[in-house]
Amino acid sequence: MAAPTQTAAGLSDCRNAWAKTLADLARADDRIVAVVNDSVGSSKLDAFAKEFPDRLINVGIAEQVMVGVSAGLANGGKVPFVSAASCFLTGRALEQVKADIAYANFNVKLVGQSSGVAYGELGATHHSIEDFAWLRPLTNLIVIAPADAWETAEAVKWAAGHDGPVYLRLSRMPVPDLVVENRVFRPGKAELLQQGSDVTLIGAGTTSHIALAAAQVLAAKGVSARVLNMATINPLDDAAVLAAADETRAIVTVEEASVRGGLGGAVAELITANRPVPLERVGFPGFVVTGSADWLFAEYGLTADNIAARAIAGLERAKR
Amino acid sequence: MTHANDPTDLIREKALWMRRRAFQMVYESRLGHPGGDFSAIDIMATLYFGVMQYDAARPDWAERDRFIMSKGHATGALYTVLCAAGYFPEDWLPTYMQPRSMLNGHPNRNYLPGVETNTGPLGHGFPVALGIAIAGQMSGQAFRTFVLTGDGEQQEGSNWEAALNAGHRKLENLTLIIDRNRLQQGAGTEETIGLDPLDDKYRAFGWHVEMVDGHDVASLHRLLSASPKGRGKPLCVIANTVKGKGVSFMENKASWHHGVPNAAQFAQAMEELV
Repeated sequence: MAAPTQTAAGLSDCRNAWAKTLADLARADDRIVAVVNDSVGSSKLDAFAKEFPDRLINVGIAEQVMVGVSAGLANGGKVPFVSAASCFLTGRALEQVKADIAYANFNVKLVGQSSGVAYGELGATHHSIEDFAWLRPLTNLIVIAPADAWETAEAVKWAAGHDGPVYLRLSRMPVPDLVVENRVFRPGKAELLQQGSDVTLIGAGTTSHIALAAAQVLAAKGVSARVLNMATINPLDDAAVLAAADETRAIVTVEEASVRGGLGGAVAELITANRPVPLERVGFPGFVVTGSADWLFAEYGLTADNIAARAIAGLERAKR
Repeated sequence: MTHANDPTDLIREKALWMRRRAFQMVYESRLGHPGGDFSAIDIMATLYFGVMQYDAARPDWAERDRFIMSKGHATGALYTVLCAAGYFPEDWLPTYMQPRSMLNGHPNRNYLPGVETNTGPLGHGFPVALGIAIAGQMSGQAFRTFVLTGDGEQQEGSNWEAALNAGHRKLENLTLIIDRNRLQQGAGTEETIGLDPLDDKYRAFGWHVEMVDGHDVASLHRLLSASPKGRGKPLCVIANTVKGKGVSFMENKASWHHGVPNAAQFAQAMEELV
């Protein structure tokens, strides 16, 4: 059964791209298996479970053993894709992710579903806005937040071929397709969505789309914004960030995550030590109040207008 | 002399060498966990010299039996058994815990051949062993997976997630051995957080349980080398052991969990370990 990949509004649920790509890969490579914590439906893996019933390992509601088992599966020659809500996968099983996957350097793909504040109304227990901060320092673990259906599919394909641990931070929020000519997925590299000379806006995952919209707001005010889609958070594309610091006068990071320790934190670490320019970090300040994901984005300023305002604030600071 | 049918002399010989060598490592590095090394050594010597199929020249041989050291702090036991099995030369042992040594305080598979996964934080090795056993079952491979946990380690909840899964899957290719020395780092297990009756707990989780004297290598060998085929359940071996076994002043003393001998103690231990 082919799930529809786009909604009527032309927006995609990237989980469909993830599930279809995984099944395509599994047909070609019998080492590929899925591991879940009773998260078949929320991972959109129903069709996978039907087609490959023996290659979907459901450990029950038990995240520690889910991640530990995946390390063992890799030891036994499998290529496991562990799919679970990001909040539980990275929070509950953080020590397993650190010791069994990153430190042991096993060929395991961790796939965080419904990341950020996708589970808005369910509250901070179900939000995953800390995952960038607590996974980014883990040696060996590549952290990627795809922005649209195409990038999700490409990231899953790339992860399957990469011999080492990867965290794919997926979203369930409907997103449009980014329009990039001759598009090629390059892990570890920023994707230039729009050239600009005054300020650089850096997004990742869902926020790359908002950054693009903010650039339009800025253009109407006569401000030229460069927009980067920084899908890979770890390792960061240092060259692209340093070029932005050299060639534009301020940087704004936008992330569906805590502003502490994530994309904004990574950019801050890099530029303060090398090319200090004003940096504005847009994201969540910490635990957020209850509300739908869309409402939370608006409430906490993950909007085109607020990003544009923060860009102008950064440019004002650059004059001082 | 040993012969194929009865490897127990060889096992005893290797275990004696491991105890002497592990204690020397602790003595020289001034670090280590000799109490837990010594409770586990007879079990590990039995596995490596009487039970497991492996080829030290090919640590990544896909069909090898796996041993997972979940009580990762007992590196004196793990490193001496891997060395005795031929995974690396003896002149690596004196580097134990020295700067940049491949012989970490806790094992790292990326440094040291023969180490199946990185352990140290307790409750990690058992879930990984479970994953290995599932992989073997999925691929129809015949290899067996053995995991050794401490008994205090059973207080970590992740073990019970693994126990539940292994029982549910009826993984007969998986053997859990619990080093039941009844002591954790500061006190007895039963006065800290009681574990008894451990056998009933594992039976309730769908395991076949055997109790054994963890220093009786003939019994260990008989139990661990028996084919798991047809058992239809994972095997839990509760090995009743003595922490610090083999050295009079260490036996059953919680303080030797990470105790380090002085010169006189080291000399006495070498006299006793013959």
